Amino acid sequence: MDMSLLALRAENEWVITPRGKMRVPAVIYATESLIREMDDKVYEQVTNVATLPGIERASYAMPDAHWGYGFPIGGVAAFDPKRGGVISAGGVGFDISCGVRTLHTGLTPKDLHPVKEALADALYSHIPAGVGSRGRIRLSREEMNAMLEGGARWAVERGYGVPEDLERIEERGRISGARPECVSDHAKKRQEEEMGTLGSGNHYLEVQLVDEVFDVETARRFELEKGRLVVSVHCGSRGLGHQIGTDYLRKMVLAAASFGIELPDRELGCVPIESALGQDYLGAMRAGIHCALANRQIITHLVRQVFAEVLPAARLSLLYDVSHNTCKEEEHLVDGEKKRLFVHRKGATRAFPPGHADLPEALVDVGQPVLIGGTMGTASYVLVGTRESMDLAFGSACHGAGRAMSRHAALRRWRAREVIDELAGRGILVRGHSFRDVAEEAPGAYKDVSTVVEAADKARLASKVAKLVPVICIKG
Amino acid sequence: MGVRGAGRSRAEAFEQGAKALCALTTDLDAVQPRERVDVHCEAPDDDVLFVDWLNVIVFEMACRHMVFSRFQVVVEGHRLSGCAWGESADPQKHPPGVEVKGATFTELAVRREEDGTWIAQCIVDV
Repeated sequence: MDMSLLALRAENEWVITPRGKMRVPAVIYATESLIREMDDKVYEQVTNVATLPGIERASYAMPDAHWGYGFPIGGVAAFDPKRGGVISAGGVGFDISCGVRTLHTGLTPKDLHPVKEALADALYSHIPAGVGSRGRIRLSREEMNAMLEGGARWAVERGYGVPEDLERIEERGRISGARPECVSDHAKKRQEEEMGTLGSGNHYLEVQLVDEVFDVETARRFELEKGRLVVSVHCGSRGLGHQIGTDYLRKMVLAAASFGIELPDRELGCVPIESALGQDYLGAMRAGIHCALANRQIITHLVRQVFAEVLPAARLSLLYDVSHNTCKEEEHLVDGEKKRLFVHRKGATRAFPPGHADLPEALVDVGQPVLIGGTMGTASYVLVGTRESMDLAFGSACHGAGRAMSRHAALRRWRAREVIDELAGRGILVRGHSFRDVAEEAPGAYKDVSTVVEAADKARLASKVAKLVPVICIKG
Repeated sequence: MGVRGAGRSRAEAFEQGAKALCALTTDLDAVQPRERVDVHCEAPDDDVLFVDWLNVIVFEMACRHMVFSRFQVVVEGHRLSGCAWGESADPQKHPPGVEVKGATFTELAVRREEDGTWIAQCIVDV
């Protein structure tokens, strides 16, 4: 990206002043080198978002921003319904509520060593993953609607997990306003056999080692101790979320003009939040959030079953569950005025500060755990929301490393066998369902996650707590 | 990932576009056209019709757990009737590629080139 288009406002905070049809500035949080590596499309997309009706304060891009459909991935934008603010299916993304959850195990590498291969094999065979994988649970239409209404709470009520898990999930596992009746039959049909499946692409399940602690006191409160093992799961709302995205993006693209909305890019298809279509999407999208939360809850249950067999000493309690493709109604201060805004986070993690009412009671004085997924060869990070975060990007931070190279380019550059062997040489066991996916997800195809996290930390979007490195990776 | 179909007619370009889509999911030479699935779509313009056509193929692959290798399309105005031939997906027989989750409006175009060739293309989400 051309640096002359940006002005530095604070450390790692770059501003694009409104021009053309932009209603607000665009802000990119990143180091100069990360911005130089960013696709020019990020500039185009973050400024396009700034043209949408009812946008508040600015259109934001996180340090891991890269090209997405309409909105950049790593994009954050908040809209005020009272000012004609819009809701956009492209601003949420196709994989609604895709996210990360991390579980403590209480174990050390010494406990794992004798059964490492056996654990990798058991996780690989017990947790359905990969193209076209089917879950062990088949939902009737009635149960489907109950799941879409109840989210992770539905899952716990059906025996997948324990009530304590819910405390550690955004909105305690169930968001109000989900409307299963706004989800198409096609979407429900796609999900019938996909509950409790990881999916494919960049989704994974990892056993990770707490490799480094940056903030001792917060790590203690998060129960993250150097040398302990955790399990992290990255997946989303599977076929149902994608079908909701597809169904509503089409409707929004065709309806936008009737609301006088001029779309700079069809993928930005959006309608006023208060329109009937906007409300229907909101209801369907919230049901999609529930699907992702229930899915991660069922996978958690399957992980616990595997550990109970292979490493019964493990105690798998939930650190936290974050979603990074959502639109949520939240209260924010804008120019001193309290407003109810609809905050789109697409490839961006909520990062609420200490004292926020939505945090679990045990963490309210600490801040929200912010879980950043890395690649199978590098690292993941745990951060915490800062006191400044609400004034920066509506309490948001990055979500991962962000692709530096297209899947196609990665496929030309790496062979899956070489990737697997190289990682095995470093003690990381990889089990994958598709050689093609493994090559496309090669660690070198991503930006350096440590640089991304450092940029988020320096910009005060969220503060570094601990670094996690992979030990076992089950690829979708 | 992008898919592009080219043909002597709009229908042929749509058929080739679907073939390109399915080539992302597995090796088409390994797919026997044993079973036929009929689909229909209707849209306000050619562009949206192409996205709808690909999305209905994605839906049928996902729900029927099938892979497809052959297509036939008839387009009248902005109404499409199509057939897809394939068989049940079997990872032993059909080497898994990527999971296509949907067709998008990015790089979407249905057009006739100066030499008369029809092109139908878009980016698909994987």
